[in-house]
Formats: sequence, structure tokens, C-alpha cells
Amino acid sequence: MPGQKDSRMRSDPADYELIAPSTLQAVIALLASEPGKWVPIAGGTDLMVLYGAGKLPARKLVSIWNLAELRGIEVGAHEITIGAGCTYTEMREHDGIAREFPLLASAAAWTGGIANQNRGTVGGNIANASPAADSLPALLVYEAELILVSVRGERRVPYVGFHTGYKKMNLDSDELIRAISLRRGFSGYLHYSRKVGLRNAQAISKVCIAALGRLKGGAGSGGTIEDVRIALGSVAPVPIRLSNVERIAMGKSVEPDLVRLARKTVTAEIQPIDDIRSTARYRAAVAGNLVAEFLQQLGGSGKTA
Amino acid sequence: MAAENIIGKSVPRKEGRDKVTGAARYIDDIAMPGMLYGATVRSQVARGVIKQISFDPQIEWDTFVLVTAKDIPGKNCIALIGDDQPCLAEGKVNHPEEPILLLAHSNPHLLRKAVDGVWIEYESLPAIFSIEDSERRTQTIWGDDNTFKTFLIEKGDVDSVWTKADHIVEGEYTTGAQEQLYIENNGVIAAFDREQGITVWGSLQCPYYVHKALMALCNLPAEKVRVVQVETGGAFGGKEDYPSMIAGHAALLAMKSGRPVKIIYDRLEDMTATTKRHPSRTRHRTAVSKDGTILGGEIDFTIDGGAYATLSSVVLSRGTIHAGGPYYWPNVRIRGKAVATNAPPHGAFRGFGAPQSLFAMERHMDRIAQVVGLSAVEVRRRNFLKPGQTTTTEQTIREEIDLGKLLDRALELSDYDAKRARFAQGNEAGPVKKGMGIAAFLHGAGFTGSGERYLASVVAVEGCVDGSVSVLVSSTEFGQGTNTVLCQIAAEALDLPYEDVRIAQPDTNQVPNSGPTVASRTVMVVGSLVRSAAVGIKQTLIANGSLGVSYSPEEFRAACRRHIAEHGQLRSLARYEPPEGVFWDDQKYRGEAYATFAWAVYIAQVAVDLSTYSARVEDFVALQEVGRVLHPVLAKGQIAGGVAQGIGFALYEKVVWQNGRMQNGQMTNYIMPTSADLPPIRVFFEEMGNVHGAYGAKGIGELPMDGPAPAIVNAIEDAIGTRFDSVPLLPEDIFEAVCAGGER
Amino acid sequence: MSRYSSDNQAHGTCEISFTVNGKQETVRIFPMARLLDVLRQELELTGAKEGCGEGECGSCSVLMDGKLVNSCLIPALQAAGASLTTIEGIAEGTQLSAMQTAFLECGGAQCGICTPGMILSACHLLSKKPEPSLEEIREGLAGNLCRCTGYMQIFEAVVQAARGNAGAKR
Repeated sequence: MPGQKDSRMRSDPADYELIAPSTLQAVIALLASEPGKWVPIAGGTDLMVLYGAGKLPARKLVSIWNLAELRGIEVGAHEITIGAGCTYTEMREHDGIAREFPLLASAAAWTGGIANQNRGTVGGNIANASPAADSLPALLVYEAELILVSVRGERRVPYVGFHTGYKKMNLDSDELIRAISLRRGFSGYLHYSRKVGLRNAQAISKVCIAALGRLKGGAGSGGTIEDVRIALGSVAPVPIRLSNVERIAMGKSVEPDLVRLARKTVTAEIQPIDDIRSTARYRAAVAGNLVAEFLQQLGGSGKTA
Repeated sequence: MAAENIIGKSVPRKEGRDKVTGAARYIDDIAMPGMLYGATVRSQVARGVIKQISFDPQIEWDTFVLVTAKDIPGKNCIALIGDDQPCLAEGKVNHPEEPILLLAHSNPHLLRKAVDGVWIEYESLPAIFSIEDSERRTQTIWGDDNTFKTFLIEKGDVDSVWTKADHIVEGEYTTGAQEQLYIENNGVIAAFDREQGITVWGSLQCPYYVHKALMALCNLPAEKVRVVQVETGGAFGGKEDYPSMIAGHAALLAMKSGRPVKIIYDRLEDMTATTKRHPSRTRHRTAVSKDGTILGGEIDFTIDGGAYATLSSVVLSRGTIHAGGPYYWPNVRIRGKAVATNAPPHGAFRGFGAPQSLFAMERHMDRIAQVVGLSAVEVRRRNFLKPGQTTTTEQTIREEIDLGKLLDRALELSDYDAKRARFAQGNEAGPVKKGMGIAAFLHGAGFTGSGERYLASVVAVEGCVDGSVSVLVSSTEFGQGTNTVLCQIAAEALDLPYEDVRIAQPDTNQVPNSGPTVASRTVMVVGSLVRSAAVGIKQTLIANGSLGVSYSPEEFRAACRRHIAEHGQLRSLARYEPPEGVFWDDQKYRGEAYATFAWAVYIAQVAVDLSTYSARVEDFVALQEVGRVLHPVLAKGQIAGGVAQGIGFALYEKVVWQNGRMQNGQMTNYIMPTSADLPPIRVFFEEMGNVHGAYGAKGIGELPMDGPAPAIVNAIEDAIGTRFDSVPLLPEDIFEAVCAGGER
Repeated sequence: MSRYSSDNQAHGTCEISFTVNGKQETVRIFPMARLLDVLRQELELTGAKEGCGEGECGSCSVLMDGKLVNSCLIPALQAAGASLTTIEGIAEGTQLSAMQTAFLECGGAQCGICTPGMILSACHLLSKKPEPSLEEIREGLAGNLCRCTGYMQIFEAVVQAARGNAGAKR
């Protein structure tokens, strides 16, 4: 009997539908015609894990993997636009992203292993909205804009504030993320990121930081902080910007007092939990350490893009 | 041909070509006509009484094969040592994931849904999950006192040493459960027919263990049970006794349905339902003189066996015997105890009790060093066993081992002194602190005491019709090189090219019982028998004049073919004979515990990043004396692989338990090291020979598991000055200790 | 060109075509069947293995249009029209590839269950980085778990294969 052969996994393929319309137009038309019924699947590195474990609630899936309209990275004068269907590998290997948005390139490099980087997409990372998602803190500090598309047309929304709660986002049930736009102009900034997981590769993060900073007078000047953006993953239901920490740091010199105050402010601003991977106390302590390390690098000789 | 041509050379792995081309067939690569798939309905509670079993009315149950305990033709147990573990729970359950009933169907997806469609109501009973709760008898869940087994080793007069001591050093050390994590999950196919009986093919280490268990379960005589090992994707002890359970299940379904039945676990089921390394707790109390020598002491070694006895008594035995490490104890009392908890039974995992008790011993040596004011190096040097001295079981060290020299070589290879000096300076600046740690240890190969005599292993070597030679053993290949080394030995013994020797598939219908593939005994004990049997067929041909004392391979082949044409077969058996002068008292637990020990000094270099509290191993030196290295590439691979598992045991692999059930039963959350995590593992050998092992070899498969964890935790203490007495040691643990300001 | 056709767009099985090891194949399968199961069951190419079912262990790795992927995470429909390479396609007839030979000589395969995925992963690495540093090898193989070797002899095998390739080109 076709399609009924052996498999070790916990879902029955017979219970699922998967179709692959060949244009974006066709996909959004489908989403509009039956809102909430069809779940888009790109590279599958999140959804297929749930599926294999017998935990995928969706029964109807529409593949967006091969849509040309979602691929490609365009370098414009003022922005770089990344198709939502771009894979982590494509982002890593793109010169422009590696040079101007290194936090995104490094996040792509530490997401899963090579095989998962070849299939995982930045759009999928956003839509899956795991609080531990690797590329989201970078998108927060680069203040990406998302280009969303539906039968009603396109709209641009800032990525900051896109996630409104755990797995909730400013995305209509018939909308797709088409592209991510990053405004160029971060040369002269210190770009800093670290992922803390239980091993060096293939680890879900316990704490993840992406940060940008610039001093008045440039790196090593000892000047005051002119711009600072800090985002953390895995310490709240969504990846967050530490706006309070940013506020107290702006206009200040990097001195031990500032670092101390920043640490306290971090602790107050995050809501880490105990879970199967780590503890709230640990996450809070490490978050503080990473923010301190970032500020110290910013105040010291520092690195610039 | 006098010089050794094949022994000592890295000949090609016998089944290597199949492995690199994808041609190797593991059990899930095999299907049989008319085959059904089997699945297991398992307990959702840790301890309780089964009140009711009902079945989802939406499912067409009459299309399924259903097996309960009532269908068991023989005894409802997995026969091993004791017979306390049921094959299928009847009436009550004693651990989460305990098997209750079995289903089979031709559609694996419908089968999965049916498993979910069996609704079981339990009356939960209070359960116990820790060694302490078991000792306190918060509940009595096994026997009268929750105790599977105890051992007592006594040497000298311990009670007299305390008053003579300049220092009394105490410590308590614990180790957690560890999952074997073979990349191939457990799986079998069983078939039944009235004439032949039961046949089981599977991923397993010990075909004759499964054979014995199936005889009892299915009430069949020996000749009506056949067990065949197929290519096995890793085992490490995790497929020593568990296969008897899964084989029993498949056999019952095959008997009931009359069709072949395949049962393969997925990762979640394998991790949550099958065996793990025994968690342990060791307490040391040691009387030490001011020059750092051990006057005597007491060691309490306790392991958590889970809900049924299974292999716990044997794990306990090895752990207890190794508890004193490679040191001279003039007086000692060692109490070993295995207790019951409501977790799935724990089982064999490389090292088998020794990694647990040696972790404690090597951490304790560092503590003794601190108390007395000696270096970690010096305290060990002053206490090492010397030839002529006796171990804790009063076994005299007869070989000329010089542990001080082994230590010196390890220190040199690891650049220990220079690095520590550099780290002492470098650690001042920045959050990354580095340190070095030592572990010195021994590992007895082969079965303990009278075990090998009891096993009475038999090996056959046969000439084949085409003139080639076949080795027939029940010893299995699962990566460690059984096929290759046993063929090397036979080829060497017969002066034949390695290519002319092959090894038969371990099929109980074809091969004699050379014992289980465990205890690092295969090369040493079984290899020795292979050599004898090989010599046996040579001698047969020489004795009847077919062959001269010296011959070419062509002459051998011709003689072999002629002999078979004339006599029907050319076969020689070799039977295990216990060596002379080896004496073991099972009651007093005294005497020659092992035919021989291998010895090792491991040194770890770690870096602890105090911004993330993570420790990583940056360099690892593994130096061991192993008698004779028969195959350099295989031997190095065994050590490197064992060290990697030891690093996992120390820093990465934590089983998260809740009410006796493993919560992180997936590879995403049970973390083993990737290629990006391991340091260079630098492997070195010393070879002193071994009169009891084939061509001088000692067993080495499990040895490398004993050293990494204590070496690493010793190194972490060296780096950051904080004491840890427990593994796995995760960043969260380091954080709590560092921020609490000191010791745990 | 239709890479797949289905009887019923929304339900049931469909026909999917792709190339495997240079050979055109067409299977009738549910679109959500996993590529791993299609390879193992429909095409009887059992070299790709299931170790974890969730894209962590890499023992199901294959090359899809030259890129390393975990076949346990790919719905069959998304492989339509793809060019796949499995371990069975690595040797040239009976002639083993440099990588396979290196694995044999260096001890890169012990129990062998991770080996097909590991070899494909290593080949993929060399296709992108013909002379990788040890760091690059570690990173390149980090998605393939090996429980037996501790990876050391696998690294040696990759280095040997890279040198062999380099030697062959000169």
C-alpha cells in the first residue's frame, strides 16, 4: 500500500496535507481563502521536529520553501533587504551581511549545524518566535523592518515590538513575512554578541545577547555613549531590548559605576525562568555578566565593524 | 615466520568497507515478508496498582495483536541473575515506562495511535527516587529493606588507625545517571514457527544472554531458540541486558501472531525506558599520616539500581573492588551497597561501577593533598601501589608496574608544571581561569573473581571448504573492533594473511558461547582462546602430516581443503581454563579479583569562563599501560571515544528526573559533546605485556571511562579554587558555588 | 515540467520525482512523508539512518542539490525535482572515494551508524573548503554526532582526504 510503509516517527503522513503552490500570489490567496487553516512551512527545521514528535497541531501545510519571491538578498544604497526565505547559510555567505551586520551572520553561524543552517530561514526564525531564537536579538538591535504581505498588499512594520507575547505577533492570520529590511549605517559601532548554550554547537541558548554601541569621539576615545542597543534572548517570553539599560547608559561614560548600575537594571528588566535547560538565577547572572562585558568592551579599546 | 606480521599492525577493519559505503545492515535496515511492527504500552506512573485497562472504542482492536502477561508461556521474567524483573507488569508497576502490554500491527502509524488508545487507570502508590529515601525506607519497594546487594571488603585492622592518624580526611562524592546514547536505538525482529521455535535478530551485545532469557520466557528448550546479532550501531553496555527485554516482547508478539515482528524504539522511548549508568554516592573517611601516606580508611559505596535488581550486584562488585584506586591501603573497610528506587532499572555502561567509585577516590586524593599540604602529584606518588604490594582485596601486584614513572610521563606529555605556572599568572587577568587536574587509576579486565570460570567460555576456529579460516565466537562487534582483532589473532597464530580469516556472524545456532561482550574481556580472554583454537587446527594438520611445521598460505589452504574433503570438517575448540595460582574468595571478597589490571594516568587542562560559569576541556592527555597494543588505530580510537564519553559524564550529560521519569529524553536536551566541544585527546600507551591475555594484551574498552571526570573536576578546582564533589558539573552548578562564595 | 503530480491536490498521495545518485526516481508517496523514510523504504537506500528524528544527530544527512541537509526534517514534497546524493552514491562503482578510504585507514568508522552522514558531511565541507583548518573541520562536522570515536580519527580522515585531493590535483 503506497505511503504506508515503515517509519519511526510519531505522526502519520496520511493525516497531513502539504501543497506547494509555485507563486507567492497563489500562497497568499490560499491563506486569505481559508484563514488560520494553512500553516506555511519553509525549511521545516522547527515544524518537522514537532511533526516527528507527534506534536504538530496543524494538519494543512503550505510549502513556501521554493518561492523565488522570498529568496535573495538585495543591497540597496541605504538598506539591505533579505528575503524571508533566505537560509542561515545564505546569510552567512553574503559579503554585505558579514561585513555590515556581523551579529546576524554570527547568529546564523551558531544556529544548529550546517545541515540545519542550509534549511532554516530567517523568516521561519521570526515566525516560530521561540524566545531562544538565535537571530532575533540581532534583528532587534539592528532595528530591522519586516515587510509583510497578504492579499491586501504589503506593509512594513518595525521588528521591535513585533512580538507581543509568547508566540504572539503582529502578523495577521493570512499574512506572510516576505522580507527583512536592515538599514545600513552601523560602521563605527561596536557589534557584540554571545550565545551561551550547553555546548559549542547545536545548542538551544540559555542566554543570548546582541548589542551595538557607539561612543562620541569614536572607539577608544573615552567619550560618552552616543548610541547603545542591547537585546537578549531566552530571558523573557520574547526576545527583548533592554530599553531601561539603554536609557541609563545613554550619554554616560563607561565607568565602573555605570556598569554596576547597568547590571542591576538588567536584573530588573528581565524575566528568566527555570526550565529543562537552565535556571532563572543562572540566566540572570549571566545576562548581567554579558551586558557588563559589552559595556567594558565599548568603553575600552573595543572592536568596530 | 617468527616476527609478528599482523599483531601490532592497523589492519583494515573487517566490516569497514560496508560501513563506509552504507552497505552495512543494521536491524532497522532489514524487513521480512509479512512482518508486523510491535510497540509497548508503558506505565505512566512510578509506582502503583493497575486498576483498569480499557481500550479506545474508536480503534479496530481486532486488527491488532495484543499480548499481556497472561500470554507468557513460560516465566514472566527477564532471566538474568535474579528473576525479579517482569517481562510485562502484572497488577502492579514499579517504575515509569515499565512495560505492561504489547501491540502489533502491519501499519506502524496505526500502531502508534493504538498505543495512545490504551487507557490505564492506576492507583498511585508513594514512590522513592533517591538513595537516601531508599535507605531511610520511606517506602519499602523491594525485598525487606530496598537492598539488592551488599559487599564487604576488609583488610588489616581499620579500627586501629584513627588514633594513629595525623589527619582524618572525609568526603562525600556523587555521580548522576548517564545515558549510553548509542546512535542506533534498540531494535529486534522476532519470528516464530512451531518447528524451529523462536528466532530473534537484533542490535545486541550478548546473544547467549538473550537466548537464556527467551528459553525461560517462552518455555522453549535451547535448540528451539536462536539469537542472531546483526550489525550494531553502538552499545557501551546499554545493549548488554536490555535486549533480552525487547527480544522477549517481540518474541511474544511473534508467537501470538505467527508473523515476524519488528520492534524498534525511537530516541524518546529508548532514553526514557531503557538502562542508564547507576547513580552513586561514595563516602570516604581516611586516616592519613603527616607525610601524606594513607594509613587506612573506610569507604561506603552506594549505587541506585532502579526498580529491579538486574545487573546491579555485578556493577556494585566492580565499583566496590575499584573503590581504593591504584593506591596501597594497609587497612581498609569498603562497604558496597545497591539499593532500589522507582526508576527504570539502571544497567551496564562502560566502566560498570568503576567510573563512579574512581571518581570519588581521585577527588578524595586531591582533598587529602590539600589537608596534608602536599601537591596533587606528590600525594599520589607516595601512595601508589608497588609490585609486591597487595590491593584492597589482597591481590598481590605481580607485574613490574611503576606508577610513579607513568605519572612522570603523563606530567611531561601534558606540560603540567609549566602550564600551571603560566596559569597561576594568567588567571589574575580576565574572567577565564585555567587549571590542570590529574586522575590515576586502574581497571581490572575480564570478569571479576570466579566469573570467567563460571562463564566457561568456548571458542571454535574452523577451516572452510575454500581453504579460508573462520572464527566462531559469540563475541559481538559494535564498533570496538571485535571482528578485526579476533581475526588478526587467528591469522597471526596460523601464519596466514589477515584476508584469509573471517569471523562468523554471532548466531547461537552456529557459534559456541564465548561469553558476553562485556567487561573488556574480548581481546584478552576470548582472544586468548581464539589463539589456542587456531593453533589447534594447525596442530591437527601438522599431526596428520598434511602440513609441515612451516608452511605457506597456499599450502595451508590446500591442506585445509584436503582435510575437509576427507574428514568432513576441520574444527578446533578451545575452552577457558582459569590460570594457575589465581584464587578468589567469593564470601570474603578477597583474593585475585582480576587476572590483570591496566593502569593509567590522565591529565586534563580546563578553562573556566567566569562570565558564563562554563568549563571546557582544552587539552587532554590519556596515558595508559595496556599490556600490548594489538591494533594501534583501534586502540587509540577506543581510548579517544571513552575519554569523550567521560568528558560528557563530567560536564555535559545530565539526566533530568521528575518522579522517576527522564524529562530530557531527546538529543536536543540530553547533551553529548559535538566535534566542536572536545579538546585534542592525546592518547599514549605503555606496553608491559600480560601473561593472561592474547599476545600480551589487556582489556582496554572500559578503562578510558574512569579517568576524565575526576581529572576534569580536579582541574576545575585548580582553576577557580572551588570544590565540587559531584558530576555532572554544569555551569549552573559552578555559578551557584562561585556566587555562594565557596564550597559545595 | 511538473516535478510532482497529484491525484487530489489536498488529500492523499502524489507522485514525486527526483534524482538520487544520478538516477531518476519517481515515487508515489504522501507529501508529508519524510525524505528519510522515502529513501529508506521506497528506494531501499538504507545508508541514511534515523538516530534522533529531530535533526540533532545528523545520521540522516544527505546532499540535496549539493547542500547538506537532515533528511528526517524534509517533507518529501519539498524534494521534488531535487538532485540527491546519499552514501550509496559516493563510491564510483567499486572504487571508494578518497574520503571513504581515509575513514577506513584512519579509524573514522567504529560502529558505523553515524558514518554515512559523517562522510557526506565531510564531503560537503571539502566541497566548500578544500583545505579546511582543524577549526573549520570541527565546525563543519558539529551537526553529526559520533558516540564511538571522540571525533579525533574522523578529523584525521578529513585531513587525509583533503591532502589526497590536493595531491591528486597537482
